[in-house]
Amino acid sequence: MFELLSMWNHQVMLGMAQAAAAVALCLAVVFLCRRFAVHVEREAAFSLARGFLQMVAVGVLLAALLHGSLPIAICILVGMTFAAAVTAARRAPGISRPRLLSFCAIAAGGGIAIAVMLATGTLTSDLIVLVPVGSMLIANAMNACAQAMERFRADVLAHVGQIEAGLSLGADPATTVAPYVQSAVYASLLPRLDMLKSLGFVWIPGVMAGMLVSGASPVYAGIFQFIIVAMILSAAGIAGLVATLLMRAQAFSSAAQLKFRSEIPDSDVHEKPVLLHHNV
Amino acid sequence: MANRDHVDASPSRGTALASEHLSRVVGEKALVNEISVEVQVGEVLAVVGHSGSGKTSFLRLLNRLDEPTGGIVRFNGRDYRELAPPELRRRIGMVMQAAFLFPGTVAGNVAYGPRQRGQALTAAQIGLLLQRVGLPGYQERDVSNLSGGEAQRVSIARTLANDPEILLLDEPTSALDEDSARRVEDLVLDIIRERRMTCVIVTHNAAQARRVAHRAMVLKAGKLAAIGLTNEVLQDV
Repeated sequence: MFELLSMWNHQVMLGMAQAAAAVALCLAVVFLCRRFAVHVEREAAFSLARGFLQMVAVGVLLAALLHGSLPIAICILVGMTFAAAVTAARRAPGISRPRLLSFCAIAAGGGIAIAVMLATGTLTSDLIVLVPVGSMLIANAMNACAQAMERFRADVLAHVGQIEAGLSLGADPATTVAPYVQSAVYASLLPRLDMLKSLGFVWIPGVMAGMLVSGASPVYAGIFQFIIVAMILSAAGIAGLVATLLMRAQAFSSAAQLKFRSEIPDSDVHEKPVLLHHNV
Repeated sequence: MANRDHVDASPSRGTALASEHLSRVVGEKALVNEISVEVQVGEVLAVVGHSGSGKTSFLRLLNRLDEPTGGIVRFNGRDYRELAPPELRRRIGMVMQAAFLFPGTVAGNVAYGPRQRGQALTAAQIGLLLQRVGLPGYQERDVSNLSGGEAQRVSIARTLANDPEILLLDEPTSALDEDSARRVEDLVLDIIRERRMTCVIVTHNAAQARRVAHRAMVLKAGKLAAIGLTNEVLQDV
């Protein structure tokens, strides 16, 4: 509590003034947009207010938990993973148990990356370190999971004919969708690969910037940032792959019948077909 | 060229394929409703009916591309669920309404089926199959450069490469122009005769059914409305 009050007395007041300056610039941009008939006043005002309150709330929470133990950190990360799964699941309508599928994929990606970082000593088990870094990994795993699910579903629906032609020729289900598994995993990795390629000369990410501000060695800050981005790539790759493979398992029945399709063949359609996902 | 007036006389004895009270219900809609029919070895059976009558749904049940919700299908006297689906579908080949070729070369498409069970077709075997469907020298052509009729011929060659015992044809000429449709129909008829294949062909074209099939069955709203010799069943159509 003392720490909170101390922070309020010193840094928080300064931060409020700096935030006011940042908001002023944002509002100037909004008014500039208005001159060109781009009306984002309400949305911008709402987003700025919400973002400010959310970040203050997170700061207060982290300060309160500053000396929290590893179990508390794990609970927070699991909660974040659950929230991420709910968000990612919205990108895969029509599949069964999308939240469970997303949770498994994100937990696998984020969990493995965090475990490796803890095991190698890159991360300490301090809550104040573990939660922010873990949240970055989970957020990227969430994006990768959503992108992979969306891409795989779209590709399968766009290639029902080819997939069923393959099945009709005696191919096993995994073979018939192999090109779409590859494209889904690749799609989920591409933004992270671009991020890794541009690291350092296009952008200096937040962790490194934060370490430099707090006085860490610039070389170590750079190496640490590289590790973080590499782990983000790993977490995203694992999440994308797990999500795609779990969706592939759902896409077919035990009798190797494609389930991600209209239940009524096109030539037998009286009404608009509906995508269903019941088990046969 | 096939004699277009009539199909060959009687098929051999023995039942190749039989459905018993076969049904598929989705939601509250019965796509296929209690259909019982036998197809003899070497017989060509036409499935006719209006759009939405359940013809394609019925055909898809025969190679288990969809799962029946009632009844069974017997293949050579055995419940077809005793066979692994890939093996069943190799032995009951299917040519779809559209060719649905895989990206790549014609040869790659023809070799696809045997490759699934670890067999590699020789260049000579692929050449023979392509010659049989009227596409000699097409091995290295990219499938994206084929006409609709050529693509459907490749689709037929691809199915034949699996050496199926039964051929299911789902309106194989309906997506083609008139000239291509007649050529593909002639090709199919020649192959069926040559190989004495058991065949079930879905068509909405009564004239085509008369040309290719020994018997015809008429579907209405998923139910079997009539079955018998093609000329008798379709005399008023």
